[in-house]
Amino acid sequence: MNEAMKLYFEDLKPGLVGTFGPHHVSREDIIAFATEFDPQPMHLDEEAAKRSMLKGLSGSGWHMCALLMRICWDGVIHRMASAGAPGVDEVKWLSPLRPGDDLTVTVEVISTRESKSRPDVGFVQITNVMKNASGQTLMTAALPLMILRREPG
Amino acid sequence: MPYFENITIGDRREMGSFTFTADLIKKFAAQFDPQPFHLDEEAGRNSVFGGLAASGWHVAAVYMRLTVESFKREAEAMAAKGEKPVVSGPSPGFRELKWVRPVLAGDTLTYASEVTAKRPLESRPGWGLVNFANTAINQRGELAFSFLGSAFIPTRPPGS
Repeated sequence: MNEAMKLYFEDLKPGLVGTFGPHHVSREDIIAFATEFDPQPMHLDEEAAKRSMLKGLSGSGWHMCALLMRICWDGVIHRMASAGAPGVDEVKWLSPLRPGDDLTVTVEVISTRESKSRPDVGFVQITNVMKNASGQTLMTAALPLMILRREPG
Repeated sequence: MPYFENITIGDRREMGSFTFTADLIKKFAAQFDPQPFHLDEEAGRNSVFGGLAASGWHVAAVYMRLTVESFKREAEAMAAKGEKPVVSGPSPGFRELKWVRPVLAGDTLTYASEVTAKRPLESRPGWGLVNFANTAINQRGELAFSFLGSAFIPTRPPGS
């Protein structure tokens, strides 16, 4: 990593926005994740899935969360001075993830604040919107990231 | 999972335990969350976590795995009594997810879920929405993970 390219707390200003991806999700990806972490018939079996509320094979919501992380990592977090995240305020699963979807994630910085307890980090509040190739919103998330400060207070 | 009508606020489900080995932590991280402190012991030791730490999304995904396993055990018990198991619906989302403490290689989390609210869905006849407070405690009895989840649960079909 080129240090000059690294993004610190001071670089992340409210209104900053970026869209990352696309990331392709195959039927095999959906079934592999579901087999390990969410083996419900609606995520594994085409026939059972047709009878489910989501009317067809769909990816686990937790798979969508993991993919959100991966797409954000590939797009921008890999060059952030990340110190992790304390949690997630809210996730909405609005439409199902389908086999063959090409996902994009738009990340927007909403607000920033310095940590009172840790002079080396700041909190960056972001929203994420995950869409498929036809522009349908599959998922939204709101969460704070902890990012190292270039100049600790 | 019982029908919506048979769910009571305060109902508690113990989902069981899961040990996050170094291999499992690295496998999940390589696929979904390749931050150095999730992939490499040395990077983990030098991070705020103080050791190789599981991705928070891994900790969350294991909640779902243990929940589904718990549903399956319950469905088998119902089938053994000649009752038709209830199949849970999807979830519209969650709130206030907190990674309270790092989950380090070798840690064992025990997951539990408690019903906090329920309401029938006027927009979806045959379904209700149930809210849950979910937690995971580590082997020292410390809260490591929590969130407020929700799921669509079928109502008892007429005549059943």
